[in-house]
Amino acid sequence: MSQAAEAVTEYRDLDGAEMLRVRDLHAFYGESHILHGVDFDVRRGELVTLLGRNGAGRSTTLKAIMNMVGQRTGSIVINGSETLAMRPHRIPRLGVGYCPEERGIFASLDVEENLLLPPTVRSGGMSLDEIYAMFPNLYERRRSRGTRLSGGEQQMLAMARILRTGARLLLLDEITEGLAPVINQALGEVLVKLKERGMTIVLVEQNFRFAAPLADRHFVMEHGRIIEEIPAAELSAKREHLNSLLGV
Amino acid sequence: MTMIFGVPLAVFMGQLMLGLINGAFYALLSLGLAVIFGLLKIINFAHGAQYMLGAFAALLGLQYLGLNYWLALLLVPLVVGGLGMVIERTILRRIAHLDHLYGLLLTYGLALIFEGALINFFGVSGASYPVPEALQGGLNLGFMFLPTYRGWVLVAALVICLATWFIIERTRLGAYLRAGTENPALMQAFGVNVPQLITLTYGFGVALAAFAGVLAAPLYPVSPTMGSSLLIVVFAVVVIGGMGSILGAILTGLGMGLVEGLTKVYYPEAANTVIFLVMILVLMLRPAGLFGKEA
Repeated sequence: MSQAAEAVTEYRDLDGAEMLRVRDLHAFYGESHILHGVDFDVRRGELVTLLGRNGAGRSTTLKAIMNMVGQRTGSIVINGSETLAMRPHRIPRLGVGYCPEERGIFASLDVEENLLLPPTVRSGGMSLDEIYAMFPNLYERRRSRGTRLSGGEQQMLAMARILRTGARLLLLDEITEGLAPVINQALGEVLVKLKERGMTIVLVEQNFRFAAPLADRHFVMEHGRIIEEIPAAELSAKREHLNSLLGV
Repeated sequence: MTMIFGVPLAVFMGQLMLGLINGAFYALLSLGLAVIFGLLKIINFAHGAQYMLGAFAALLGLQYLGLNYWLALLLVPLVVGGLGMVIERTILRRIAHLDHLYGLLLTYGLALIFEGALINFFGVSGASYPVPEALQGGLNLGFMFLPTYRGWVLVAALVICLATWFIIERTRLGAYLRAGTENPALMQAFGVNVPQLITLTYGFGVALAAFAGVLAAPLYPVSPTMGSSLLIVVFAVVVIGGMGSILGAILTGLGMGLVEGLTKVYYPEAANTVIFLVMILVLMLRPAGLFGKEA
């Protein structure tokens, strides 16, 4: 579509280290008030996690950033642009890739169509060849219907799909959920590679053992707020405290 | 004379041909309905009226503007499709978040308005649209006589149906459409302007109906009620085929035309009801339709 082509601008990092800044974010689904003033920021090239119990508002935070919830107040600045008043389809064009918890693989499209589906939002995305090199399984199954894949392959596909678009800020929701440890290990390796490429990643994770070695900082959420920020260096010292917050 | 089950071959083939032509219209119209339903989840009851508007626009264009058939075939779908887009933007979008029944009621109301307005000005008797000069006459195929215009209708409808199938199943825009049908919210999160896609899709479905209307103008009397009687049958065709499949809509349309044609040969009394009988059978045996996906 011509519109998608217009939106492809030469990618240039803005001066200043901030990729995402969320301030006093409130979000609502109809009558229910889910987020109660979320504050956090993510520096360029960082991998941060949003930890917390079920219902703490982690997934909703990602959805609110993508403008997929009913109503939002506060401020969300992505790569220097305030996005609170932006329409949903404009936000990805700032270079944001979103991988939903339910993966969102399209049943009526085959693997390659799924991969090629999201419009390019920035230059400098990975080519199809690079993606197939990173996810060899997807190449072998490129003609299969998306939903015929195993859970692990579907997750790979959901991630691979947003790497082609040139997105530089990835919002990944529960990517390890329900997958075998060997797949999670492969996903972890992918995240390391993406970080090396300079991607900024926000990871919503239940599986703390998966997230701990990858992340630079952890944000703990409860009742729709961020209640604690733990840098990776302090993790071992605060482990017990964190466990009590997460209820593990 | 060659006979097929006691019927002369020429009669048999002639009825089959008529059936196939009707089937081509069923296919074009049910295709538009399926495309619209896929993305908007609205059963477009105005579809028959939009088909009728296509035929009327061609007729009025000829009478008042001297617009010839070929230009009408090109321009009328654009104009009526454009009207469809305006309707989507200004009216349908406002009720998109409500139960889909509201869309059905609203489009039904629109159909009544279009029909009523045209009946007010032109009455119900209908007018005839001349067959374009280049398509007059006929071909003797040896076993039957084929009026050139009917042959053209069949070819044109099939080409448009297959082109639509190709766009939806084989192109990037079609992939957007299929994906948007499944999960519009995620498509927005990928940066696709879904509201715009919806407007274009509705416009396209309406344009298909208008195209069918222009094709029909030289065959049937052009009257304000020509769409409503056809639409009932088309809905039965859609139920038989199932809403899920583009190719299904095309094949079912043609197939039901043939079934109707054959019935006219062997048991003419049932010709008007046979499609509804098939519909009842299909609903009993395969409620999602022949090509529909089981829920």
